[in-house]
Amino acid sequence: MALDKYQIAQQIAKELKDGYYVNLGIGIPTLVANYIPEGISVVLQSENGLLGMGPFPEEGQEDADLINAGKQTITTVAGSSFFDSALSFGMIRSGKVDLTVLGAMEVSENGDIANWKIPGKMVKGMGGAMDLVASAKNIIVAMMHTNPKGESKLLPQCSLPLTGIRCVKKIVTDLAMLEVTPGGFKLLERAPGVTVEEIKQKTSGKLIVEGDIAEMTF
Amino acid sequence: MQKVYDNADKAIADIQHGSVIMLGGFGLCGIPENCITALVKKGVQQLTCISNNAGVDDFGIGLMLKQKQVKKMISSYVGENAEFERQLLSGELEVELIPQGTLATRCMAAGYGMPAVFTPAGVGTEVAEGKETRNFNGKDYLLEYAFEADYAIVKAWKGDTMGNLVYKETARNFNPLMAMAGKITIAEVEELVPAGELDPNLVHTPGIYVHRIFQGENYEKRIEQRTVRKKG
Repeated sequence: MALDKYQIAQQIAKELKDGYYVNLGIGIPTLVANYIPEGISVVLQSENGLLGMGPFPEEGQEDADLINAGKQTITTVAGSSFFDSALSFGMIRSGKVDLTVLGAMEVSENGDIANWKIPGKMVKGMGGAMDLVASAKNIIVAMMHTNPKGESKLLPQCSLPLTGIRCVKKIVTDLAMLEVTPGGFKLLERAPGVTVEEIKQKTSGKLIVEGDIAEMTF
Repeated sequence: MQKVYDNADKAIADIQHGSVIMLGGFGLCGIPENCITALVKKGVQQLTCISNNAGVDDFGIGLMLKQKQVKKMISSYVGENAEFERQLLSGELEVELIPQGTLATRCMAAGYGMPAVFTPAGVGTEVAEGKETRNFNGKDYLLEYAFEADYAIVKAWKGDTMGNLVYKETARNFNPLMAMAGKITIAEVEELVPAGELDPNLVHTPGIYVHRIFQGENYEKRIEQRTVRKKG
């Protein structure tokens, strides 16, 4: 069974370590916050100017002045702080944020990422993604293994305009967890019941399979 | 020193066709609602707007786009506005999309009196096209210039008659940076107090950067994505 988006988030959450400052992108990455392992304390950074993001507010407690980078109403946790957008990207650029999780349309085997533009079709803008991928020490991409047409999103090289180059470290898809290595995508784990053969078939970039590949457990 | 204006109409009265204006806010959070309404009423056109987002179809900068007042938009993310996307894809509107951190830092540089900065954001992408690149310690960086804006229009929570400003929560975002960057900076505030009432320790934007200030009214503070959890 391929993972659903909640399981993708859960798998990524296993990468969190105590004391991490973490920036979670919009979509599946946001869900990672729901699966922070017990006994681990992380601080969530929201690039619109908040460290210490908490859960959504209870109904009736929404505050229009308190949102995350996805423009969703949120809350703060004890020990949080607010700051302006330059300071926010200052802490990102200077490498203070330990882990960045974001979505992608394409990732190449050398770690390039494309996630902001489809020429002639969609122009939403890069938001903070280019700043994040240019500076983050550790970037995990959360995405589906193939696009809606069934084409691989893990490619020899990206076909869409790039967001950043040689920056992605790991990828968690509905089928597998992979690491970007100098030789290509290295298969680390596979989704329960998904065969290595299927992953090979749906990965158009170079795939490295060494030894037995463990199934993910939840 | 007279910085206090009666209202938005008077504070923006001299903004001319073709001006370059910065507008604070992130999404619809912390946007200068009163000044946007006044700009729509005044009907000033051919504007270049520097703002992180372009509002939504019927609120924020979206109201100015609908009236075709904007010639060029400089933003990092515009995905919330269908009319914007339509004008962009049809070529009616000129748009420069730039990384959010670069946008913030180009405002900051202007306010700090620095002509340019180097940033890694956009290296190896189309954002780097035509830009000077320099390598520092083995990593490439792009040269990005400080913005020049005729007006910066910002929204704060509280302000005093000296122009000192305090922002609330994530409504701070680009506001203090743009406040520093305008040739003329106009601030609208939810609560305008006499000098001496704000704690100087807690002022975010010192009054020297603010030329005009007024007490705003009827804030809608629209929420773009209302997300809640169940009680308990």
